[in-house]
Amino acid sequence: MSEVAPPVDLHASQVRKFKIQDMFFHQVTLVFAFIVLAALAGILVSLAIEAMPALKQFGPGFLWSNVWSVPDDEFGALSAIYGTVVTSVIALVIAVPVSFGIALFLTETCPVWLRRPLGMAIELLAGVPSIIYGIWGLFVFAPLFAAHVQPSLQAFFDGAPMIGSWFAGPPIGIGILTAGIVLSLMVIPFVASVMRDVFETVPAPLKESAYGIGCTTWEVVVNVVLPYTRVGVIGGIMLGLGRALGETMAVTFVIGNANRIVGSLFAPGTSIASTLANEFGEADPGLHISSLFALGLVLFVITFIVLAISRWLIQRGVNKQGK
Amino acid sequence: MSLYTRRIWTNRTGIALSMLAMAFGLAALMWILWTLFSNGFAALSWDFFTQDTPAPGSEGGGLRNAIVGSLMIIGVTTLVSTPIGILAGIYLAEFGTTSKFAATTRFVTDIMLSAPSIVVGLFVYALVVATLGGFSGWSGSLALSLIAIPVVVRTTENMLLLVPSSLREAAFAIGAPRWQVSLKVTLRAVKAGVVTGILLAIARVTGETAPLLFTALNNQFYSTDMSQPMGNLPVVIFQFAMSPYDNWVSLAWGGALLIALLVLGINVIARVLFRKKSSD
Repeated sequence: MSEVAPPVDLHASQVRKFKIQDMFFHQVTLVFAFIVLAALAGILVSLAIEAMPALKQFGPGFLWSNVWSVPDDEFGALSAIYGTVVTSVIALVIAVPVSFGIALFLTETCPVWLRRPLGMAIELLAGVPSIIYGIWGLFVFAPLFAAHVQPSLQAFFDGAPMIGSWFAGPPIGIGILTAGIVLSLMVIPFVASVMRDVFETVPAPLKESAYGIGCTTWEVVVNVVLPYTRVGVIGGIMLGLGRALGETMAVTFVIGNANRIVGSLFAPGTSIASTLANEFGEADPGLHISSLFALGLVLFVITFIVLAISRWLIQRGVNKQGK
Repeated sequence: MSLYTRRIWTNRTGIALSMLAMAFGLAALMWILWTLFSNGFAALSWDFFTQDTPAPGSEGGGLRNAIVGSLMIIGVTTLVSTPIGILAGIYLAEFGTTSKFAATTRFVTDIMLSAPSIVVGLFVYALVVATLGGFSGWSGSLALSLIAIPVVVRTTENMLLLVPSSLREAAFAIGAPRWQVSLKVTLRAVKAGVVTGILLAIARVTGETAPLLFTALNNQFYSTDMSQPMGNLPVVIFQFAMSPYDNWVSLAWGGALLIALLVLGINVIARVLFRKKSSD
């Protein structure tokens, strides 16, 4: 080792300089990562603080009280929670089978050259801003629905026990059912692309051996692909549910915005997000605005739980690949 | 019916239903786009871009103030969320592969990607609008940034993780410090992917209405002052579509078309850009 050493002090100082710069860089990126984390904590804390007066006034009964009266300063979340849950359930009832069909088609039966353009079309559907679904639902879908579909639904279920009352009332086009249907169109692309992605993780040998013993495509999908991807599929459905629960604009346009619970799906209702969108701008400071914050808190906690479960499941579904 | 024919028919029904589902999805897309184009193009005119939003009951008018307002709010959002998102993404990919803190941040970012945007609007209202006294374009940008940042963080991180570690090691071996490796080697290698992420974030916030309702509010007049309430396309569409005036509804369709073209255009550009770069 007799080579000429570099001028020692210069080298050392360079290394020291780099070390300081590196530490600085590490800290800077850390701070920015922390900002992201702090934002979520901040949302929770600030919602809780603003919601405090209403929660103190009404106690836990806020969640199941069915009164929303601005003049009396009496507020309960039940009608909004009811609307949110029912529209989301309707959306999923429609979206899950359709998304499954789309994912099945894209991964199993679609000609290869069509896969990319069709997949892209579904992803574009996911990119359409929700306000456009809303305005389309209000001006195009709701009138057609009222004129052609609602009367026949009513006639068909007339007199049926239980179900008959779901379709009672004047067919005005706007209401819980319409909101659920528009919501389902919004959710389909999200659920379909997650399902497609997890379907693609199924190892080819697994499917080929099933085909090899003479299974039909349908049998392969139901007996091999679905069991293999079960966890990821449920995760995708939960992701869609999370989206549906928190959606504002697509729902606000078509749900009718009535703070009450009527058994009929044709009746106007409200959801948490649409109540916020409609009332927050004109709410008086005090109990009204605080109750709206409390609604926001309820929504955030529900979607947080749903999305957390969804992420956990999708992660598990994808990680199975190669194990 | 024999078992064999029953299986054949089950299969045929299943496949037919799945094709029907695909057709249903495509038909919905076509239907929405078709009504959007036919109603939207009818509203587009020279006045649409050069006049401000009309007063209730008055004729004509355009969306100049809303278009300018939206562009400014989204511009500021992009400037704010790009550096924050990229640096946080670098942290997650380069420094935080194993730490608890990084895992938590990653989890939170994923939740924020799908969290209800109206709640973000409430948060910014409580944090900025209520305390600093008044709706403003700045607070609108802040709300949109909170929605855009997670998109940038996750794409940046995912792209950086794709860089082969041999590239990093080669840079380290010639004595480059960590920050130079990150900024000048790995980040540069995935430039197209990161730009795609930024474009997708812009596309995502362009159509966001809910967070702007309580932050930027709206402004009937032309204004470039970000510290005042600011007109913007989504909120104008929301208010005008719900109004009883024909010309307002028509303007809402025009605005919706404009937003849809912008969002779909950015989406397509992002995809093309990403595919071209990643196939090289």
